[in-house]
Amino acid sequence: MIYGLIVFLPLGAAIIAGFFGKWISDRGAQLVTCFAVSASAVLSLIVFVDIGLGGDTAHVELLRWIDSGSFGVSWALQIDTLTAVMLVVVAGVSALVHWYSIGYMSHDPHIPRFMAYLSLFTFAMLMLVTADNLVQLFFGWEGVGLCSYLLIGFWYKKPAANAAAIKAFIVNRIGDFGFAIGIFGIFFVFGSVDYETIFAAAPEIAGKSFEFLGLELDIITTLTFLLFVGAMGKSAQIGLHTWLPDAMEGPTPVSALIHAATMVTAGVFMVVRMSPLFEFAPITLGIITVVGATTAIFAATVGMVQNDIKRVIAYSTCSQLGYMFFAIGVSAYGAAMFHLFTHAFFKALLFLGAGSIIHAMSDEQDMRKMGGLYTMLPLTYVLMWIGSLSLAGMPVFAGFFSKDIILEVAYAAQSNVGEYAFYLGLFVAFLTAFYSWRVIFMTFHGKSRGDIKIMANVLEAPRSMAIPMIILALGAIFAGLVATGWFVGDGAEDFWRESIFVLAENDPLEAAHHLGWTVKASPTVIGLLGILLAWYLYVRRTSAPAIIAASHSWLYQFLLNKWYFDEAYEFLFVRPAKYLGRLFWQTGDGKIIDGFGPDGIASTVINFARRASFVQTGFVYHYAFAMLIGVAGLVSWFLIWGGA
Amino acid sequence: MGDWPILSLVTFLPLVGAAFVLLVRGDSVMVARNARAVALWTTLINFALSLVLWINFDNSTADFQFEEQAPWLSDTITYHMGVDGISILFIILTTFLMPICILASWDSIKSRIKEYMIAFLVLETTMIGVFSALDLVVFYLFFEGGLIPMFLIIGVWGGANRIYATFKFFLYTFAGSVLMLLAILVMYFDAGTTDIPALMEHTIDSGLQKWLWVAFFASFAVKIPMWPLHTWLPDAHVEAPTAGSVILAAVLLKMGAYGFLRFSLPMFPDATAYFTPMIFGLSVIAIIYASLVAMMQKDMKKLVAYSSVAHMGFVTIGIFTLTTQGIQGGIMQMISHGLVSGALFLSVGIIYDRMHTREIDAYGGLVHRMPKYAFVFMIFTLANVGLPGTSGFVGEFLILVGVFQVNTWVAVLATIGIILSAGYALWLYRRVIYGALEKENLKEILDLNRREILIMAPLIATVIFFGIYPAPLLDVMAVSVEHLIGQHSAGLDAVRAISVAGN
Repeated sequence: MIYGLIVFLPLGAAIIAGFFGKWISDRGAQLVTCFAVSASAVLSLIVFVDIGLGGDTAHVELLRWIDSGSFGVSWALQIDTLTAVMLVVVAGVSALVHWYSIGYMSHDPHIPRFMAYLSLFTFAMLMLVTADNLVQLFFGWEGVGLCSYLLIGFWYKKPAANAAAIKAFIVNRIGDFGFAIGIFGIFFVFGSVDYETIFAAAPEIAGKSFEFLGLELDIITTLTFLLFVGAMGKSAQIGLHTWLPDAMEGPTPVSALIHAATMVTAGVFMVVRMSPLFEFAPITLGIITVVGATTAIFAATVGMVQNDIKRVIAYSTCSQLGYMFFAIGVSAYGAAMFHLFTHAFFKALLFLGAGSIIHAMSDEQDMRKMGGLYTMLPLTYVLMWIGSLSLAGMPVFAGFFSKDIILEVAYAAQSNVGEYAFYLGLFVAFLTAFYSWRVIFMTFHGKSRGDIKIMANVLEAPRSMAIPMIILALGAIFAGLVATGWFVGDGAEDFWRESIFVLAENDPLEAAHHLGWTVKASPTVIGLLGILLAWYLYVRRTSAPAIIAASHSWLYQFLLNKWYFDEAYEFLFVRPAKYLGRLFWQTGDGKIIDGFGPDGIASTVINFARRASFVQTGFVYHYAFAMLIGVAGLVSWFLIWGGA
Repeated sequence: MGDWPILSLVTFLPLVGAAFVLLVRGDSVMVARNARAVALWTTLINFALSLVLWINFDNSTADFQFEEQAPWLSDTITYHMGVDGISILFIILTTFLMPICILASWDSIKSRIKEYMIAFLVLETTMIGVFSALDLVVFYLFFEGGLIPMFLIIGVWGGANRIYATFKFFLYTFAGSVLMLLAILVMYFDAGTTDIPALMEHTIDSGLQKWLWVAFFASFAVKIPMWPLHTWLPDAHVEAPTAGSVILAAVLLKMGAYGFLRFSLPMFPDATAYFTPMIFGLSVIAIIYASLVAMMQKDMKKLVAYSSVAHMGFVTIGIFTLTTQGIQGGIMQMISHGLVSGALFLSVGIIYDRMHTREIDAYGGLVHRMPKYAFVFMIFTLANVGLPGTSGFVGEFLILVGVFQVNTWVAVLATIGIILSAGYALWLYRRVIYGALEKENLKEILDLNRREILIMAPLIATVIFFGIYPAPLLDVMAVSVEHLIGQHSAGLDAVRAISVAGN
């Protein structure tokens, strides 16, 4: 019952706000959705205490879904510790973002639609995390993708928003292509798509091979790799990341909820959920480590030079997701989940803080037109500091605990890929601190570079926006302190129990706890250096960045243009697809098939018919007539000879 | 139901309705009004009757039910009707869509309304007949007979280039059906009967099977249509009136795939196994080729038509996997495609009625004036994309689950279709619905009226309902599909045994 409420309250609210928004007014739609999702968040907390801390699990079957021969899936809710953590993150951040949106979207003409989409998203995300089988997970997976599409394109007048929305959906579908094939393969091998059955059979399947695309491949390595392709799309890992920065075209609360705290972490969640499978695929884990670490460094370098405040934070998200993945790659699933947990707080806080700035600046997002805002937005200023301190992993703040443990497990893994991840991760920590304070210094410090008219109207966030941010700030400060014992501490095994599976020989957590202080202290030191550099370049010698950019213009352009991924894809995929489409249509269908087929014959027949008869009757009647004669002939033939 | 010939009733009631329409007299306004009313009531009652059929249908057996048999041309060519778990769903689909089609034509058809309604009612009889016939000759009569009203509908009430379209339609279907007729004669000589259940038991020599398979294939592949026999479809759709397109996409295309299920698989098992790689190849080409072509279309109806070709490619793959999931998925996909593509053509028709153009570029920003329409169109766009939670997902997913077990290459290539379908469908939506409302003539466009909402509501409800709970459909077909797979493998064994004995 309580589980059902958590998941379906947001759906109900979405339906009410979406279909009856006109009748219940903007305020009604806001209240219905806010209260429903808040209730869901409170219940999630209860469930977390009950299941996560109390050591229980729950399973509720709702309805038969697809049954076909030996293939069967049901709608179900399955709650274990892993799910409970996600429930708290999803419902919690969602509730705060709902309340924040009341203030942020107050001037928008389509409030009920916005609130309905947000709640619908929450529902889909909750379905995703409560699934007990891969197909329901896929339902939630595509459902959040849909909501993301709808919300990125929420301002559908803007062509850029529409383009970004479609891009998000299609790039995600490319990931889903791998994910879906992975699911088909899992059914083929395991005869089921239920987690329980798959996990139970995994040790037995390990090491066996099957034929896939004509190749003899290790079963679990192949399947987990396919699943990971799906995770790469959803969690914006390098190669399939291009949609995430563009997704910033959506309203900022959406960026905070979907493109930072929850949806983009679905890929991480999925891989952690499937840990009993991934554990038997060392090669896939190695790939994940490399992809994660590479994404982390790639996104951080790009984020360093962006001027749009939201894009900086978007690349930062991408980069932090990379951290989570390389933690997974070294089998530290708990650490990945821990970073997912703390990241939800501080990244949502940073986005909402950015939203508060953008709101105050009358929708200006370019940091070059900001500056000197700290006197006008003191609360936002403080909150942005808290978020950034947490993101940069400064001691006591939440991010400190989770980032440290990730770097430590990478080091402790004692493998080549682990080392690769550790050193890149360390450098990323430096870049992270740098770009975070670059944002703070460019927006809040120095002289105001904005339009005078806009600057005259700058106002601190209203209460509906301030309170959710303050709550998130509390999380960004304390979440690490409170939760580190559960997620990655000595009690971790009792906390996660069956929900995460690690082979004993893979587990780097114990070794990580015994590392020397140099490894433990280095992220903090290096982070401080990053802050220092940002201070030097953007406060002390503000002329320096331009000079550096000019003297290294090739590198600067490469980073500014995001490593030219979009251009490469346009050239490699989009244009060829359009070219082929036109070729198949005009040459394939038009000239070849029709030209030699019906049109060729038709022109002959029409010529003949024109000469032979009166055309006015039309071909239809000709055919009908011919058909009747044929049938009559057939019938009489049977009548005469058929009985014999 | 006892001896009540309910199946014949469902089949021929529309013909009775047509006779009533024929008798309507009076001035033209009266005639139009009465013709519409009679047609609507006939189709509604027929839908209700078909529901009785569904309710009384026994899911637990693969036998033909509601069987009727009467002497006709000879002892072995009889009027034999009956349904199993496969065919009954297509009958329900047909009767469900007919009232919607009549309502969709309510205002948009302005000339010869009486004749139009007659054509539609006759068409309904032939469609139901195809799915309930248990004799090859009866099947052939309905199968071919249905083309006449369809030709008339496109040729008389169609668009500017309708003669070209009907002519193309004619060439393709006629060529196919001649071959099928020949094959039917050959089968009659071989087995001495045209009774379908009897033919299913009959074993045909392996060599002959291949010829017969090809002859039937010629007819069915045109209908579905399979690449490269598909080019008549976009033209026919573009020229057909809205309701004609709906029926064409939703029901007529399904006859080809139904033919594979009813004839090719159980009667020519050896040939089916032999030709499966070819079917896979053509289907994969259809999916990728048609999706790419759809992306570049400038005409909304052509876009939907090409997307139909791609979706039917999934169906043929599913059927020829000969796995439970593949065939059930194929049937599910057909039902879903019937609802979704029908609804998409209705959606196009709604704005066509207002603006009299199907050019995508003529639209843009409709959401500002037509929020209800935008919602409806979104639902069907998503169903077309196969989003989980819509009926489109269930079929596509099961097909791919099925084919993975048989051939991973086909599975992977077909799955590319889910990326491409998202591309063309969402791009269409964006160009028509989103963006700023800039075109002058669109600024007064009206949102859905009550009749249009009435048409769309049942379609939305079914698409979502069967997406969340497809069990009512899957349960009905389950036993029959198992039986079909059993028939196929038994037939395969039988023909192989003969050829071994012959050696």
